[in-house]
Amino acid sequence: MDFAWTEQQLNFRQRVKSFIEANLPENWEEIAHGPGSSEQTEFAKTFCGRLADEGLLVPHWPVEWGGEAADPWMAFILAEEMWKVGEPRGGQYMNVNWIGPILMKFGSQAQQQTYIPPMGRGESLWCQGFSEPEAGSDLASLRTKAELAEDGYRINGQKIWTSYAGDADTCFLLARTDSGKSGISIFLVPMDTAGITVRQIPSIIGEGDIHEVFFDDVLVPESARLGEEGQAWDIIGAVLSLERVGIPRFALARATLSRAIDLLKQYGRITPSVIEQATRAKAACEAACLFSYRIIDQRAKQIPTGAEASVGRYSTVNCERLVAEFVVEHLPESLCGDHPMLQAHHQRGIVAGIASGAAEIQLNNIATQYLELPREPR
Amino acid sequence: MDLMLNKDQVAVQEAIEAIASDFSSSPTDFHGFALVSPELESILVDNGFFEILAIPELGPVSAAVTVERLARLPYTVETALSMMLSHVLGDVERPIALADGLRPGRFVRQANTVVVVDDDRIGLCHPDPSEVVDRPDALYAYPMANLVSLDGVQWFSDAEAERVKTWLRIALANEMAGLLQGAIDATVAHLSVRKQFGRPLGSFQALRHRLAECTVLSEGVRWLAVKAAWSGDAGDAALAAYHAQDAATRVIYDVHQMSGAMGMTLEMDLHLWTYRMKALLSELGGRGGQAKAVGQHVFGV
Repeated sequence: MDFAWTEQQLNFRQRVKSFIEANLPENWEEIAHGPGSSEQTEFAKTFCGRLADEGLLVPHWPVEWGGEAADPWMAFILAEEMWKVGEPRGGQYMNVNWIGPILMKFGSQAQQQTYIPPMGRGESLWCQGFSEPEAGSDLASLRTKAELAEDGYRINGQKIWTSYAGDADTCFLLARTDSGKSGISIFLVPMDTAGITVRQIPSIIGEGDIHEVFFDDVLVPESARLGEEGQAWDIIGAVLSLERVGIPRFALARATLSRAIDLLKQYGRITPSVIEQATRAKAACEAACLFSYRIIDQRAKQIPTGAEASVGRYSTVNCERLVAEFVVEHLPESLCGDHPMLQAHHQRGIVAGIASGAAEIQLNNIATQYLELPREPR
Repeated sequence: MDLMLNKDQVAVQEAIEAIASDFSSSPTDFHGFALVSPELESILVDNGFFEILAIPELGPVSAAVTVERLARLPYTVETALSMMLSHVLGDVERPIALADGLRPGRFVRQANTVVVVDDDRIGLCHPDPSEVVDRPDALYAYPMANLVSLDGVQWFSDAEAERVKTWLRIALANEMAGLLQGAIDATVAHLSVRKQFGRPLGSFQALRHRLAECTVLSEGVRWLAVKAAWSGDAGDAALAAYHAQDAATRVIYDVHQMSGAMGMTLEMDLHLWTYRMKALLSELGGRGGQAKAVGQHVFGV
């Protein structure tokens, strides 16, 4: 067992850090108040283009799609450094993490040629049309329908809490083509298709983050379907395996804690009680970090990941919460706009236990798969 | 980074697993607190388990994993300090105990070497039997005793004391990781068989989630503890020890609550782990002491 980074990994991290330092504007922390904000989305277009030029947008992608086939550690180091400064890739992180790789695996040749190159150049923004008003954690109960007609599929329904929908050019949409779990299919839908209406939902997590998306008789060709009819659940399984670790949220939480402590030192507000609360938060951040590293290590060795991924996700929720609570208690001015980075962390941290599957789902997984407790009757 | 044990470390892990399997159940007629196993101790001594830290292919990580595994057993033996402090204490005879001044400590009676902590000072003594008072009524599930004076203590220099304290924290965290897991395992077993309202208690979401949260804490302790053993860093050690004591504070209460009246009996064994954890809660200044060290070594305050 060895927790040390290789020289190659250290060099790569330094390369990413240097790039970030050279390419973030001085007022970055004012812009980085929400990954879905118009300002950040706009900035991400330029930033991701520069990342692509430097070979830092998709280094883990196969060579044929413009990557360098870098191992999972490189992709994670990249993600850590990006998230630590407030994710200047905006919503494009989804493209490089999983949408691109999923299209490489399940997409038709035409879909691959249409969608993958712009992602690799940092030019496209996607949203994921998963949750619905009556289908959140219970995703399989979604009702949006895609009915096959002579001229293609006609889609009707509503998605909600959709991130990036306001600026996205394409939607990775789940819709029902038949009944039951095996009746769900995936469609790649251009957001400028007639019949799509997007409405931003004002939220506590910042501007532009969540939306309602209405599909009123939206017509898409059969060629917009990803994979076969009813294959959504298999594809989602592959998405989850790519997203086992998810966003390295602990990296921003840790950086936020460090910034908060620097400010508290500056303000003369360090007391034994402050140190103990900071210690609790720091331990939670480091535990979450190690859980993530364990999963990356498994992925690098091609070992399947089980419920330890849920342990990692829940641990991340803990660390986000402890850091956010620490900041509110000891630097209350942060939520009045005095420290944009701390405020941005606070707004994003609240999402940790909700986005990408509720924390309670992770607890169910841990209880059933990790502890092997008897299942709940259904 | 390679977060799997190497071939040699796996071999040690398998060997300790084979030994542990013979000590996985307490005697049916044991209804007490300090369940010590001289037999297990002899096996560990005879097979060289107290020397693994010094073997380059094994090192502190292997020692940490061994301490953690043995702490999951209902039986106890003085392992953590002997396995993890040999390189900082020099050539001293085991068993090794930790005494916080004149307060009761585990294995102080059995120890040939006692590490004494007295505020910021750390030293060693080798007390005569007459210099030790047994505490036979202790609830801590370890044999407890205290020194009667600190007169014979040889104090370390400040730098040596800091190094010893770091490894005491690493030993504590790894032992706590095993104790947490032992308590959780016992609770899982109970919740899986005990039925109420016509179904196993472990199928009720209120308990499933609560135990899953305990598991997240316990796993965090395990990873922070083994990382600290790998690095030997004072900040890593203090963080691991803090998280160990903090997690135990919550988990002890929760596993007893979930085990209901059964967990109050001395038949269930749960107390063997939870009361050992309680003994570790106050060591090295408790959470306040670890936080102070984190402040110094991690936050620079």
